[in-house]
Amino acid sequence: MAASAETAPGREGRTVLEIEGLSVAYRTEEGDIFPVRDVSLTIAKGESFGLVGESGSGKSTLAMGAIRYLPANGRVTSGRVLLRGEDLLSLSDKEMRNVWGSRIAVVYQSPGNALNPSIRTGNQIAEVARIHLGMSKQEAHQRMLEMLEKVKMPDPESVARRYPHQLSGGMLQRCVVAQAMMTNPELLILDEPTTALDVTTQAVVLDLVAELKQEFDSAILYITHDLGVVARVCDRVGVMYAGEFMEQGGIHDLFKRPLHPYTLNLLGCVPHFSLGPRRKTLNTIPGFIPRLDELPEGCIFAPRCSLAEPECRVAQPPLVRAAEDHLTACRRWPVVPTPAEHMATITADLMQARGAAENRLLEARDVKKYYPVPTQGPFRQDKRKVKSVDGMTVWIDEGRTLGLVGESGSGKTTLARTIIGLVEPTEGTISLRGEILGPTTRSRERDVLRRIQMVFQNPDASLNPRQTVGQSIGRPLTLFGTPRHEVPRRVLELLEAVHLSPSYYHRLPSELSGGEKQRVAIARAFAAEPDLILCDEPIASLDVSVQGSLMNLLTTLQAEKGTSYLFISHDLSAVQHLSDWVCVAYLGYAMEWGDAGDVLNPPYHPYTEALLSAIPIPDPDVIQKNIRLEGSVPSAVDIPSGCRFHTRCPRFIGDICIQEEPPWREGEGDHWIYCHHTFEALVEMQKETLRLADHDHGTPGVEVQV
Amino acid sequence: MLIFIVRRLGFMVITLILASLLIFAATQILPGDVATMVLGRFATEQALDNFREEMGLNRSLIVQYGDWLLNFVQGDWGESLSTRADVRDLVMERLRNSAMLASVAFVMYVPLGIVLGVVAAIRRNSWVDHVISVGSLAFIGLPEFVTGLLLIAVFALRLDWFPSSSAIAPDAAFFERDTLERLVLPALTISLVSLAYIARMTRSSTAEVLSMDYVRTAYLKGLSRSRVIGRHVLRNALLPTVTVVAIGIGWLIGGLIVTESLFSFPGIGRLLLFGIQRRDLPLIQATTMVIVVIFTMANLLADILYGYLNPRIRFR
Repeated sequence: MAASAETAPGREGRTVLEIEGLSVAYRTEEGDIFPVRDVSLTIAKGESFGLVGESGSGKSTLAMGAIRYLPANGRVTSGRVLLRGEDLLSLSDKEMRNVWGSRIAVVYQSPGNALNPSIRTGNQIAEVARIHLGMSKQEAHQRMLEMLEKVKMPDPESVARRYPHQLSGGMLQRCVVAQAMMTNPELLILDEPTTALDVTTQAVVLDLVAELKQEFDSAILYITHDLGVVARVCDRVGVMYAGEFMEQGGIHDLFKRPLHPYTLNLLGCVPHFSLGPRRKTLNTIPGFIPRLDELPEGCIFAPRCSLAEPECRVAQPPLVRAAEDHLTACRRWPVVPTPAEHMATITADLMQARGAAENRLLEARDVKKYYPVPTQGPFRQDKRKVKSVDGMTVWIDEGRTLGLVGESGSGKTTLARTIIGLVEPTEGTISLRGEILGPTTRSRERDVLRRIQMVFQNPDASLNPRQTVGQSIGRPLTLFGTPRHEVPRRVLELLEAVHLSPSYYHRLPSELSGGEKQRVAIARAFAAEPDLILCDEPIASLDVSVQGSLMNLLTTLQAEKGTSYLFISHDLSAVQHLSDWVCVAYLGYAMEWGDAGDVLNPPYHPYTEALLSAIPIPDPDVIQKNIRLEGSVPSAVDIPSGCRFHTRCPRFIGDICIQEEPPWREGEGDHWIYCHHTFEALVEMQKETLRLADHDHGTPGVEVQV
Repeated sequence: MLIFIVRRLGFMVITLILASLLIFAATQILPGDVATMVLGRFATEQALDNFREEMGLNRSLIVQYGDWLLNFVQGDWGESLSTRADVRDLVMERLRNSAMLASVAFVMYVPLGIVLGVVAAIRRNSWVDHVISVGSLAFIGLPEFVTGLLLIAVFALRLDWFPSSSAIAPDAAFFERDTLERLVLPALTISLVSLAYIARMTRSSTAEVLSMDYVRTAYLKGLSRSRVIGRHVLRNALLPTVTVVAIGIGWLIGGLIVTESLFSFPGIGRLLLFGIQRRDLPLIQATTMVIVVIFTMANLLADILYGYLNPRIRFR
């Protein structure tokens, strides 16, 4: 198989990293498996290469194999890795150590774990300069402070003296980046550096990466599953699938005119933030990534590909150059549809004609939940309270979805837990069809419990590992009075409703993928035939293609059964995709709320505006207005006076915001904003942001010549 | 940090008061009458009454407790019922001997246990690891009187390297060849259990730290393996070990009672046993109280060390 990734014209001499035909093997008990097979790529100076793929695609293994940092059972079996022409695979371990940290630097996913918890941050960063640059303690310290300044760290001196646990996620990630840049490395590898961060923090870190690229001229290998992030910071992209490249190309070409069905499908799986009609179906890819020990014959994507023909399954197609600097591993690339054509084939409007005035199903009025501040032993009492939810009012109509958005710490989950009765509210009432419910599950009748169900974020933890799928789904059935002999039949019906075959009945959760587990959790929630399902970030931990299919599932089930949802997410695109009403929460209080169409259209509350501006949009041609929130959400113990958002507000007016609580301003239709600015003033200020809203990825007219 | 220590000290005082109550209550519900024990079964009723009067044994329990605690704090630990000697002098002398024994044991097992644990973790699943893990498991299972007898059988009787009896003079000097020689076998006996615990604890915590992201970061900074282990791994990996070492001091005292008897070593453990056999209440109370004080001090030390090593605790 020929996989050529020659240096594109005009980049000779600037090539920093060149990987040629790299294969990596892992030794397992059943023999060797090859998570990365014969892959090639080049990255030039000052260029950032996005390595995209779903979990199990081998993207991290490729990077770690290339820099020779594999676990004990892994090894590179063939290929060359050239760093400025020097073959890394032929270096001794000691020579390699001199490359690590000086010529190649790596930043990982979770900044909280990447720094040693018991050494002061500054010392850890300075350590690099002492080893590789031979600096004295003072020189290294000086250099460290300079670097912290370069990554825009406020007050570097004090940050350097602190321990990692005293810094916020965004600050930690800056420290890690500063540490990586200490030696001005030729190659910087960023492995999902923002995945663990809030969307607002992610936006700030992505800006930083873009600036560093300008300033340092390093080659960047950016590993991520998020196409939106790639579009924002990368110049070129490689799409990996099950250990091979499906497609490689310049960012604009690849996004506008993908030449591989897999890329096309991935782009279709992501809900695009738009003002167009909502509730379209999202693209899904049938089947699963193949197991590494049973790879299909021919093209590895063929079993899941709608364009596949018999020849595709015969021989593995080579990466061919379809255009200048655009490689694809699809034999049939000339007939791959454009994104617009593709969307036209799959888009079905799921929004059914619905009557205007529905019945109010659930209302949570003035809900407050205060927790005591953890005490520090019997000698100290802290009278202050953690105000997780601080007076929120929301309602949900029958058969409709309320989307609840906010950064972590906004009280979304606590509110859901008070609604279902897992947490007793400090104040406020929950009522279902006008009937006020008891504050805890214990005080509620069984039928009330049945009518509200919940789907949790982490499917691994929400299914009993010792119960089969059938038992898990059957449990609520028996609990709520289905006759015993009918249970198996109902379980099979539910399995079918969530698109799982009857063969799943006897499986254990450990035999399921994350997406399948979440389907079981959804089936279990529906088993009780509830009126309302609380979905707490149900798709956040899943791969993009799986997210798409789960969102489709939730929409279809709602259309069929008329169930209402409370959909909690930090992902505004997903919320926009699913919700009829939206509530934007900050520090336990609503900032903006109303009909989804109104809330997600200008004018926005400044906080909503910032959240929207932070979403990475999977289209490199979109220019987003940069509104960034600095710092992290303040402590829920000392909630800022006046408008609680004033400490971070990009549209801060002055003393009025600090001293007075803003009024709830009512707009046209169903739309309320909690702000000192008037609607008119907001419209005026946000004119520029509107450009983002005008954009709809699926629109025809995006034409690319090949 | 200061607040942290003061708070810990406060807890320690509460612990000690609770412990003193328990000790006092326990000695009161021991079967048998003190007066009868001391004066013998054939003492007259009159003699028994006189004795009780003299010792204050017929006052109310609360008064007796308060009296005892007050005296104890002031350093008046009473007079031994069986030997008529001053309890404080007796306990202090034996405490010194036990401390000698314990410190010899301590310098043997703590460093060795840590080294074995770290080596096992670094060479995980190799034969070295298996030998260390299986060996330590075996020693955790064996009680002191078994290991002690084994050691005597091998090193004293067969090889004749060390004496089998450690009956030194109660006031023997520490840094003397004869004394040290006699300390080796009992010290080894107490060490083995704790050694095994420390090795296992260190192994598991080191293995856990080795899998952390920041260790990967450290390697990819280009640090050498010794620097990664020494600077980035050990400090975090030894945190749980510090606690085990301190709690191990408690074990050590338990081990002392058996081991000192086995080797006829004049230490605090043997003194306690002697007191119990003779129903010598002031002696039992004082000895146990001293042991409790040592135990809580060890725990305090562990907390302070842990706080010092772990900034996440220190700054709470």
